This record gives sequence, structure tokens and C-alpha cells, in this order.
Amino acid sequence: MKSEEFQERRDELNGWKINVVSYRVGDRYYCTIDNVDPGARFARAEGATREEAEAAALEKATRYLQQTRRFPTS
Amino acid sequence: MTDVLSGADVLVGTDWAAQHRADPNVRVVEVDVDTAAYDQGHVPGAIGWNWTTELCDTLVRDIVPKAKLEKLLGASGITPDTTIVLYGDNNNWFAAWAFWQLKVYGHRDVRIMDGGRKKWLAEGRELETTKPSMKTTTYAAKEPDLSIRAFLPEVQRALGRPNTAMVDVRSPQEFTGEILAPPGLPETCQRGGHIPGAKSIPWGKACNDDGTFKSRDELAALYGGQGVTSDKDVIAYCRIGERSSHTWFVLKYLLGYPNVKNYDGSWTEWGNLVGAPVER
Repeated sequence: MKSEEFQERRDELNGWKINVVSYRVGDRYYCTIDNVDPGARFARAEGATREEAEAAALEKATRYLQQTRRFPTS
Repeated sequence: MTDVLSGADVLVGTDWAAQHRADPNVRVVEVDVDTAAYDQGHVPGAIGWNWTTELCDTLVRDIVPKAKLEKLLGASGITPDTTIVLYGDNNNWFAAWAFWQLKVYGHRDVRIMDGGRKKWLAEGRELETTKPSMKTTTYAAKEPDLSIRAFLPEVQRALGRPNTAMVDVRSPQEFTGEILAPPGLPETCQRGGHIPGAKSIPWGKACNDDGTFKSRDELAALYGGQGVTSDKDVIAYCRIGERSSHTWFVLKYLLGYPNVKNYDGSWTEWGNLVGAPVER
């Protein structure tokens, strides 16, 4: 078995830049989401289709990003 | 990118890993941030180590104790002569963390697969989900080499010293204190900002888009341009010590700086410390 249909794209979610990676292994699609800066993976999901995997990962990512607070720096 | 960068024999390409995965003298090990990734499919023949349980002391906050590492390496069929090839997700964050700890305990031949898990997947290479069975060994680790690890008192003493370069490898927003943790991850400190005098050089600047390390010239310009030069004592830190082990690897092994330490207490120690000076 191999990883197939590997895709990677940049997107924005709740004002944060994210990196969305998805690929298929066997009959399952996997999706992982990193914040672009610093590049930490913080959400992942799998599904029967790429769309299903991405939607589930994005839903988690949205929830997690809502908890990130911004503080004034000056 | 060639299989071995800068003649240091610490970086191998995905081709090399594919060719040597069944070599009895080589053990390929996956270490991910996402501890479930290994089970989705891994480099054939690779074993997986869990950084949250196997590469740390789970009672006291500390790196893996010597006896525990010996047990892990023995169960992994590794001897002191084995070439250990590490790879993982997030451009090898925790592969570098494992590399650093293996060097603390003196394993001679440790390498990182350039580009990590992402590159292996992007290249459509073979995967397997079965865990290989290993013939166990009895591994005797060396006493810890603390010349590559910085503890809090050393970091405190280094404040303001011109011959010490402190490198904060977190994101610029963590450096300025705008956020307390990478977006989407739990906050783990009481104060945001950075250690006074630290230079902000995010770890990711050392990598290309495909996850591989940049060339030696590019890396030398990146760090040298900020005054982080080989004649200085360098201390790298991040939030919990894994991103800084990535930068430590770059400075120590790809650029050959002689005195580089990873401050694994990092911001989860400094940013929670009563009375510690913080710069924003």
C-alpha cells in the first residue's frame, strides 16, 4: 500500500493561516491541519472521501483555534 | 538535496531510507507529534516511538531516564552499533527531539530522514501498518552528556553575556507575547514574550517547503545574519524543547557549531517562573 493523491494547500481559518494536507491510504482519506506559523499540527481526521476527511478536520481546527487568545503587545 | 549533507553523516534522503530499511544494521524509527500517525501507515520495517510516554519521564518533568531508554532501545532491537534513522511529522520535530536525547545518552550513529513523514507520503512511497517484531537486545547507554543540554540556572547566568547567543525558535507571535501557544494548541504558560536578549529565528526558516533542510549556505546566512555564530555559546529554546531540538540539530550537526545546547525547559519553564525577566 502507498500514500496516493497527496495534496497540500494554504488556507485561512478564523484569521489564522493554516496548511491543509490530505492523502489516501487504501480506501481511507486522511487530512491533517497545521498552523502555518509555527507549523504545528493541531487537527486531523479521516473519512471515506477527501471532502469528508477535510470537513471533519476543519471542524476540529475551527474549534481549537477559537480557544487561541491574542494579547496586546504594545 | 543529497543523501548526506555537509559530510556529517546525519542526514539521509528518502531513497536511502527505502534502500536500507531491511538492512540489519539500520533501524528506522518514526516519532510523530501526532502519536496516531504511525498506525495509519509507516515506512515498511519502521518501528514507532511515542514521545508522550516513551521519550520522557512520565512522573517528573524530564527527558527519558537512562534505564528507560535502555529498555526502549533493547526492545527495539537496537545495539550501540546500530544506525538509527529517525523521521516524523511536522518536519521532523520529534524526530529531532529523539535525536537529541539519543545523543545525550551517547548513541553514536543517529540520522534523520530529510523531509520526514510528509516527504515520504508526498512521494507516494510504500507504507505498511503492521508493527515489525524485533529481536530484543540488552542496550547499555552512556552517562548523559550534559554539554548539549541547558538547565535553567545556566540560562539565567547567560542573560546579557555577549558570548552567548540565545535563540528563540518559536513563531514571531509567541516571541512577542501576542499568543501564549501555537494557534490551536493549549496555552501552557502564565506570561507571553521571550527571554531578554534572545534572537527570534523560527525553526521553520531552516526548512524548504517540502520539509527538507535548506542548504548549508542558506543556513549559515540565516543564523549568522542574526549574530548566531559558531564562536558563541548558543542556547536554543522553544515552548517544550522539541522545536529547539530541531534548531539544535541544524546548528550542531548541519553547521557544525561546537557549543550548542537545547534548553528543554523552554518557555513552559521560563514563562511560568515567578520573577523571571520577560521581554516583549
